[in-house]
Amino acid sequence: MQIDFQSSRLLRPARPGFIRLTLLLAFLMNLLPTSFWPWFPDWVALVIVFWSIRSPLVVSTGTAFVLGILMDVVDGSLMGQHALAYVLMSYASRVMAHRILWLPLKQQLVNVLPIIFIGACLQVLVRWFAGDELPSLFYFVQPFVTVALWVPATYVLMLPQFLSNDRDFERPI
Amino acid sequence: MSGLDHQPPPLFKQGPAPLALLILYVCTSISLLVLDDRFRYLEPMRLSLTYVTAPLKQIVQWPVIALTTVDEYAVTLDQVRQENTALRQARLVDAEKTQQLQVLEAENQYLRKLLETKRVLGARVQPATILYSARDPFNRRVILDRGTDQGVIEGQPVVDDQGVVGQVTRVAPDYAEVTLLTDRNQSIPAQVVRNGLRTVVFGTGDGRLEMRYMSSNADVQVGDWIVTSGIDGIYPRGLRVGKVESLESDPNGIFSKFILTPAAGMGRYGEVLLLEPVALPTDRPASLDRAADNATGTTMSKKKRKAQ
Repeated sequence: MQIDFQSSRLLRPARPGFIRLTLLLAFLMNLLPTSFWPWFPDWVALVIVFWSIRSPLVVSTGTAFVLGILMDVVDGSLMGQHALAYVLMSYASRVMAHRILWLPLKQQLVNVLPIIFIGACLQVLVRWFAGDELPSLFYFVQPFVTVALWVPATYVLMLPQFLSNDRDFERPI
Repeated sequence: MSGLDHQPPPLFKQGPAPLALLILYVCTSISLLVLDDRFRYLEPMRLSLTYVTAPLKQIVQWPVIALTTVDEYAVTLDQVRQENTALRQARLVDAEKTQQLQVLEAENQYLRKLLETKRVLGARVQPATILYSARDPFNRRVILDRGTDQGVIEGQPVVDDQGVVGQVTRVAPDYAEVTLLTDRNQSIPAQVVRNGLRTVVFGTGDGRLEMRYMSSNADVQVGDWIVTSGIDGIYPRGLRVGKVESLESDPNGIFSKFILTPAAGMGRYGEVLLLEPVALPTDRPASLDRAADNATGTTMSKKKRKAQ
């Protein structure tokens, strides 16, 4: 399986339809009433960062902005709070993509963590400037939980790319 | 070889420069933030986007509601019996209180008529259910299952069986957002039951309430009940706000601060009542206005609008 550039296995290209479907599913999972657990992962952030690294031509700052605005509406938070964080996360992922994709999966984790953690902190900062209260410390567990899902998310989101139409064990594809 | 019949990636056609897009979106986000936080201009936009997100929200809510229903269905007969007995007893107590209340209300109305004052307590109430609390961890808010379709308006007070829960701060067609009293930006005019001392109670953000800037010799004791004073024209008079829990004195000795535990079950799931805001005249009599006051008057009302 090729989850970094060091592998020689060839993958099928990611289908834009599938990418959009995963974005929709992540958005639906963020809609679950999970406010009781502030550490619950931010699925949209995870999927945006993932696809910004893997296929920046389909998911980029524009997608991040639209999803961020929708998250602001459903969360009842300030307009632009999620949008700003997601846009910056998406851009940072895109810039770091060339580096991240050369690393093995465990080291990718270490590189993704700062992106998602700073994104979460940015939202705290925005709300702090707006004069709102600071969230409980469990909120800062949330980026770590989100990043911990990076490994399973990689396999799940790339599954259609691993499957080949006519499997031949002699060929690397 | 149908796996490779795709177009090669567009190496040279990559759309607008990513950095330009980044700058565009960041600037848009920041201006949206300012417009929403300082001026609250974006409510119509938010409302129209709710029409997009509402069906998605309902799809996601469905399994959650189904699970809750299954959970309710699975309670044992014993639990139901116990609850039934408790409710019967509570009803007896309430019935007696209601009778007393009817007498008192009749008497009160008679006296008020005598005084030719307005009726203070709002009569129309509407029950609602708390669906869930908002995912936003920076505010204390809950979502109710009633919206503009059921006649809910912004600013309505929300109470439960124990006391004041908060105030409706945003309404969509099918749900309403209630900012809890414990939110940091929420305040409520109140008075001490024991001696009628007027004060303002603020939310602290950590699930408690406080009375700030009380004079250090104010006659407030630990254990005093604080109720709404009704002078804001929103909350009816005499609803329970909280109980004084402790006193934090200022080292300078000018002011003291009292910490209160809220009376209502903050953030608990369950049934609440939406009250009609009491419509008292909020404008100052024209005779009191001077030309110099007009400017400050407008800024005051802007601040007030934002605070609501």
